[in-house]
Amino acid sequence: MKQAVRLGLQGLAIMAGLVAVLFLTFAAFGQDPVFGVRTIFLGAFGDAQGISRTLVRATPLLLAGLGVVVAWRAGMYNIGGEGQYVLGGIGGAMIAKLLGGAAPAALGPMILICGVLFGASVAALAAWLQVKRGVQVVVSTILMNFLALELMEYLLRGPLQERKKQLFVTDTLPNEAMLMRFGAQTDLHFGIVIALISAIGVAIYLYLTKAGLQLRIVGDNPSAARANKIPADAVQIRAMAISGGLCGLAGAVDYAGLTGRLADGFSQNWGFIAIPVALMGALNPIATIFSATYFGALFAGSEELKRTLPIGNTVVPLVQGVVVLAYIGFVTWMSRRKPVVGAEE
Amino acid sequence: MIPLLLIAQYSAPLAFAATGETIGQKSGVLNIGLEGIMLLAAYASVSVGLATGSPWMGMLAAIACAIALSLIQGFFTIILATDQVVAGTAVNLFALGLTGTLFALGAAKGESLSGAPRLPEMLPGVDPVLLLLPILVGCAAWGLTKTAFGLALRAAGEYPAAVESAGFSVTKLRLIAQGLNGLFAGLGGGYLALGLVQAFAENMTSGRGFVAIALVTFGRWKPWWALGASLLIGALEWAQVAMQGKSPLPIQFFTALPYLVALIVLVIAGKGTMAPGALGLAYRREK
Repeated sequence: MKQAVRLGLQGLAIMAGLVAVLFLTFAAFGQDPVFGVRTIFLGAFGDAQGISRTLVRATPLLLAGLGVVVAWRAGMYNIGGEGQYVLGGIGGAMIAKLLGGAAPAALGPMILICGVLFGASVAALAAWLQVKRGVQVVVSTILMNFLALELMEYLLRGPLQERKKQLFVTDTLPNEAMLMRFGAQTDLHFGIVIALISAIGVAIYLYLTKAGLQLRIVGDNPSAARANKIPADAVQIRAMAISGGLCGLAGAVDYAGLTGRLADGFSQNWGFIAIPVALMGALNPIATIFSATYFGALFAGSEELKRTLPIGNTVVPLVQGVVVLAYIGFVTWMSRRKPVVGAEE
Repeated sequence: MIPLLLIAQYSAPLAFAATGETIGQKSGVLNIGLEGIMLLAAYASVSVGLATGSPWMGMLAAIACAIALSLIQGFFTIILATDQVVAGTAVNLFALGLTGTLFALGAAKGESLSGAPRLPEMLPGVDPVLLLLPILVGCAAWGLTKTAFGLALRAAGEYPAAVESAGFSVTKLRLIAQGLNGLFAGLGGGYLALGLVQAFAENMTSGRGFVAIALVTFGRWKPWWALGASLLIGALEWAQVAMQGKSPLPIQFFTALPYLVALIVLVIAGKGTMAPGALGLAYRREK
């Protein structure tokens, strides 16, 4: 109970801090901060359109953010969410192309499954390379991001290009294959439900299962893991597979829920921006729901901002960078009791 | 212009950044923020170059901004001892957002960040900054291996506790290394924008900082090797331009090649014992 109150207070403090940073950002660029924050707020929550936009943007952030949570809790710095998101979309588009219009009703779920598999396999490969060959996932997953983006660019100009071969996009999915929409007026789709269920699933996995406990031990204290005969390598590869699967699912959900096709710019850095989402969620799956909603709102609101002010989506990474630094600075400053000695014993 | 010179030019931003990152990693600090630091330097070089009309002021501004941002990151990773990957990621986001916003604000006012003054050429295609590259790489290699300071710095990356008991300050050594890392990143970012194209575009580093981090491992934490690795990647970048439209292979294959080669080399190089022992680990003095 005490912990819940503490978490709640921490959440409120973070929320206040986030708004303050946003305020200061506008002031720093010589824009009217009240107008700016108000525009963002109304753009994100002002009407049904805004709320739908916020939740639609929050969906990939939550799914990929959960992916980051699982990997980082196991001590694997998966920075490849971006590439895994793109591969998720590619996996979905490939199965759609392969089936070529057969069984449209079954296509939706198959797209999601393929997205998960594509993301999971490449992340597991990166983990395996670290465990077996000593290639740090921090480095390998970053390189894989660029490879995934180039691969998509190539596929859009080659094997996956639309039938008329005019535009650099895939064919648009038939309506029956798309995820359910909640209304005709808005883009809000079933993906948000999938993301919320995933958050609960990750929470159960991390905190209520033996595998989750092992994962957290491996991440928190590798020597304790060794002492307890936990197979750290296998746990880390599994964590990366789940992480990549969630990031791939994010891409597949956006493909089958929102865009219906792949095009250049399919990902707007979702996989990358998911890292601060997870960090601001204190690497906790439930808290990440709130953090994803906040950043989803910031994204939705800043789209509205672009119509009236010269600045738009670029404030999102700026705010994220400042907020993450402020947050880790504060947390570390508060907990300076625990000494961490340099090299591993 | 002979291709060799072009390759050297393509390689230079990477080589500067990889050399700086080598120094930083030798002291035990993994600087994931390199990409963002280079990006900020690229922006600063062109905007100040345009404002003052002097390419030298542009390069100086690039270096100053890069050192400042490096040290901000160092304040978190070295003094506060926060997680190095987290702080570096935050710095990347910050620089991406800051330069993107400044660029958008400038564009709204009708300013364009191109046509900045060019660095003077000493020989055809060779400007002083490019010439500085091998000299600085040599200095870094010599400083790391042959000087007492280099020894202390390397020890801070291997056995920080031993360095402390020998009377050095790990914090100070790592901050100096992080500052040098910034200096090199500033040269790299500034050269990429002001030196090569005299212009800035949004997110123009496009992953070069990350590739430079990979090159440090690739170069086995040796400045000369890192330079060699950068030349290889620079050659691939040149090949990509040279092969445009002349090869049956898709252009994306050539664009992807530098990343692919970096990854493959890391896999082949395998588990190295060359990495500094305390790389990526924060150091806090026992109380």
